[in-house]
Amino acid sequence: MALYHDDDQAMLADSASQFMAEEGAIAKQLRHWRDCECKDGFGHELWKQFGEMGFAGMMVSEDDGGLGMGNVEAGIVLEEIGRNLTPSPFLTSSVMAGTALGHASADLKERWIPGLVSGEHVYAVALDEGPKHRPETIATKAERSGNGFRLSGSKDFVIHGASADMIIVAARTSGGNSDNDGITLFAVPKDSSGLSQDAVRLVDSSVATHLKLDGVELDGDAVIGEVDGGREVLNRMLHAGRVGAAAESVGVARGAMDLTVDYLKQRKQFGRLIGEFQALQHRAAHLYSEVEIARAAVLKAQQLLDAGSEQAELMVSVAKAKAGRTAGLAVREGVQMHGGIGMTDEYDIGLYMKRDRALSEFMGDAYYHAGRVAQLSGY
Amino acid sequence: MADLETFRNETRSWLEANCPEEMRQPVHDEDDVYWGGRNASFKSEAQKQWFEACVEKGYTVPAWPKEYGGGGLTAAEAKVLREEMGRINARPPLSSFGIWMLGPALLKFGTEEQKKHYLTEIARGEIRWCQGYSEPGSGSDLVSMQTFGEDAGDHWVVNGQKVWTSYADKADWIFCLVRTDKENKYQGISFLLFDMESEGVSTKPIKLISGNSPFCETFMDDVKVPKEQIVGEVNRGWDVAKYLLGHEREMISATGGGDRATSLGSAMSRQGELDAVLRAEMAMFDVDALAFTAMSEKFMDELKAGKGHPAQPNTLKYAGTELNKKRHELIMAAGGSRSLEWDSEESDGGKPARSWLRTKANSIEGGTSEIMLNVVAKRILELPGA
Repeated sequence: MALYHDDDQAMLADSASQFMAEEGAIAKQLRHWRDCECKDGFGHELWKQFGEMGFAGMMVSEDDGGLGMGNVEAGIVLEEIGRNLTPSPFLTSSVMAGTALGHASADLKERWIPGLVSGEHVYAVALDEGPKHRPETIATKAERSGNGFRLSGSKDFVIHGASADMIIVAARTSGGNSDNDGITLFAVPKDSSGLSQDAVRLVDSSVATHLKLDGVELDGDAVIGEVDGGREVLNRMLHAGRVGAAAESVGVARGAMDLTVDYLKQRKQFGRLIGEFQALQHRAAHLYSEVEIARAAVLKAQQLLDAGSEQAELMVSVAKAKAGRTAGLAVREGVQMHGGIGMTDEYDIGLYMKRDRALSEFMGDAYYHAGRVAQLSGY
Repeated sequence: MADLETFRNETRSWLEANCPEEMRQPVHDEDDVYWGGRNASFKSEAQKQWFEACVEKGYTVPAWPKEYGGGGLTAAEAKVLREEMGRINARPPLSSFGIWMLGPALLKFGTEEQKKHYLTEIARGEIRWCQGYSEPGSGSDLVSMQTFGEDAGDHWVVNGQKVWTSYADKADWIFCLVRTDKENKYQGISFLLFDMESEGVSTKPIKLISGNSPFCETFMDDVKVPKEQIVGEVNRGWDVAKYLLGHEREMISATGGGDRATSLGSAMSRQGELDAVLRAEMAMFDVDALAFTAMSEKFMDELKAGKGHPAQPNTLKYAGTELNKKRHELIMAAGGSRSLEWDSEESDGGKPARSWLRTKANSIEGGTSEIMLNVVAKRILELPGA
């Protein structure tokens, strides 16, 4: 497979780019919802438009009513989301929950998939326990209770948790906290008794929750995949979420870089355009080089994942680490090269810096994923 | 597609029959690489056999047209051949600046007669070429070069000095940039070809911080070059040179980052335990190296499909060479005092230290990193006044 978008994918990129630039623009979405202190941090109308465009259910199989597309296609949408800082539940709902629901029972699919495809439902995933992403360790417990399970524990960094109709929770049904086996995934409806969430606004104006499960009773049919054997589906969901977040990071990097390069061509000091200064040209060119490398790494990881390759896991971590570091460079250089106005709320470059910070933390930062690269390479 | 599969099967059997076991071993010494030329000799019977089998099929230059000694393969077939050779670790049958650099320039700018003559010689490994570009006063600012060819009717009389001419002391012919008009900077350079045995040509090897090197200084003292030995038009040699530099950058960047298929951290940790912070740096390096591998692959795929920005080789050259320098810094750090040894047998004649020093030239030769960034800023980012 050639390492560039094929014709269908290029067409999708065109329509996603146009849609996001028009409907998902910073002034129309991010600033609007931020400034009215929206409790969701995104617009439900836009999310329904995602449904109409076919984006919301793009990763759902055709048999289940979706478009049956893969991580490459989802990444195309996410890169445009990143470029425009468009707030939406696409990554948690369509990519992560969508991937997990693909492995769910027919009943669960019937209950949750139509709302995802239409953009009427929002889903969240509750994986992290504590301030850093370490899904190897899961302490949240699910004990057998009657025909079902009783969940207790707490989760953090549950993006869109407060807006979600259903939350996928990873819990331990057996074994020690760090065991690979003994994990089970549950589809937890928002109104479940014993479920409480403490919503917090994050630096990028997105809303996450600290989630508590205080003896939440669920039927056995809330289980996604196998009891005790949930690690496999969890990993698939993690891979999709990580490479998806990496694609969005590449979009953030590109958006910040484009804004900055444009600024270098407009701003004059000492009677010259500052873009004429070699000190800035070289930094901009270095940034471009890093962005190109990150884009290639992300596309490679998406293709390997879609092909079911054994090397996908390694490359997903490479992509997440590289994209995170690149977007970090892009936003720091962006603010610095904008000078004083880069620090003002009026200019968009600072919004890119804020989004990058939250996005690079989501599903594991560059340190976590570089560590995984070392581990997977045997050192 | 069925045809490609047939071709793959045929290629596989052909390689099985024609590539000796010895030619499937990694290259160890300088003379494991066959460069061809008038004075070439084979290191072994296997090397000779493999080379001759490839010449016969045109596989020294698989994608060149058959009438110039090539294999006449399509891009897809050439890829299959590369993959199949890679699968059995077959060595390249012939290494040569004629294949990598002059050949592509001749294919684009040469006359039919020149193509027939020179390309065939290159494909058959009969003539070994070297490149005369840089001068002592003209490094990054190549176009300022002074070596001058004075018009003497049916020939030029060339005087001047070139530097960094790789293997000038072993080459049979040189492709050389010569100023033929002192009034015009860019449109006053011609791309000339001449025999290194011509009267007035002499060479002197250059020793580097890493030790002996293939580099030479080349001196031209009243060298006569017949007028037909020019590629492209008189005073338009800069077009040829620029085209060729693009190829050189692709070639350098293709090898950038060293052996990227294997994890550096994993290889280094087998030699001994890594300090925690060094291990962390190795991990970040492996991230960068694997990401860069994807970028190279993407670049090559786009090149084949005619996609991608024409100035992208500059990006690749910059990133690849900077990465390779970093790689060798980490190898030195992991090796500790063992990697400082300069000529011991254990260190294979100071290989780690010499390789480390040699990589410092990667971001200088073929266009410095700073020049690469200038080109990216100007041609890709379209920044003003760059």
